[in-house]
Amino acid sequence: MEKNVALIALFAALIAALGLIPKITLAFGVPITAQSMGVMLCGAVLGSRKGALSVLLFLLLVAIGLPLLSGGRGGLGLFVSPSAGFLIGWPAAAFVTGWIVEHWRLAPLTLVACVASVIGGIVVLYLFGIIGLLITLDKTLSEVIWLVAAFVPGDLLKAIIAGMLTAALAKARPGSVLSRANRTDAV
Amino acid sequence: MISLTSPVRTKAHDWPAGLKLAGLCASTLVLFYIRDPAMHFGLLLLVLGLYALPGRRFMDAGLRQLRILWPFALVVAVWHLWSGEIATGATVILRLVSAVALANLVTMTTRLSDMIDVLHGLSRPLRRFGLRPRVLELAIALVIRLTPVLLQKGTLLSEAWQARSRRRSGWRIILPFTVLALDDAEHVAEALRARGGFNTQECH
Repeated sequence: MEKNVALIALFAALIAALGLIPKITLAFGVPITAQSMGVMLCGAVLGSRKGALSVLLFLLLVAIGLPLLSGGRGGLGLFVSPSAGFLIGWPAAAFVTGWIVEHWRLAPLTLVACVASVIGGIVVLYLFGIIGLLITLDKTLSEVIWLVAAFVPGDLLKAIIAGMLTAALAKARPGSVLSRANRTDAV
Repeated sequence: MISLTSPVRTKAHDWPAGLKLAGLCASTLVLFYIRDPAMHFGLLLLVLGLYALPGRRFMDAGLRQLRILWPFALVVAVWHLWSGEIATGATVILRLVSAVALANLVTMTTRLSDMIDVLHGLSRPLRRFGLRPRVLELAIALVIRLTPVLLQKGTLLSEAWQARSRRRSGWRIILPFTVLALDDAEHVAEALRARGGFNTQECH
């Protein structure tokens, strides 16, 4: 119990830190925020339930007014802004990513975590994001899809990195990668 | 840790946080039902008037928070100028700015401790589903305390990289960073267990 709560809190803090450290930029020097990669990592490492709880905890802190989103953003306004759908979709993205890593055990972890991050962190997340944009911007579905397509390459890159990081973490700290821990000793 | 609460004390700081949040929900719903751009323009002026009431410093801080909206406003504006539906475009942009401005207003005038009290109240009915308010509050406190710690460790890591290499660290630094966080979690869990963990009596 204590370890689960500590991991959930630490990963929420990790998502915050990934968005706030200015020097972390991804490949090609593009300043894409690593924060959404933190969400994929959260699901892939902590598993479905704990990963989603951790992201939920992070969003709760953003909602009550802490400037934890990349660029020091925070507050309730973000949850009615056009990108609100993406924020609200984060816990679901982490859940789906975690669920796939937990259940698909026959392939190498790198591959599984990559595919899980693509499905959770892109397919599921964009579904929420697109609904949010549809509500706030009053556009048609095809217009909105055209709008978000620009972000897909960056997010694919993040999903691949998240997959590789998950496999590396499983080697470095096997006991802490809860998505692959044995069910018997899971609390 | 800095919060987004306004440094300028306003009368609204003393209003009950739950009431402000309920009011915000209601007014956001109303905003999404109004379709008339002239009415939206009036409402936006009203919201900006609320920002102006506590004085110059408050207004500057508030308007700074709204700057994140300009890319969306630009896309919508260009889109509707091109398609010719200018009234719809104006409605969308005005509604967007009002909704976000109102929500930020609540954030600016509500202290973190008051928000946490609201959470405490909201989490009480969830106890039936196994959520313990004390665990939730402890988790919130942990994140608030540990974010600056991780931030500092991450900055040190990237400085250490830069001392050794002329190339950017890029994403590679995230692995040791996450390992550090996992180890911290281990230590925090041990410390919590050593102090009796979550099984001690709840006191109110």
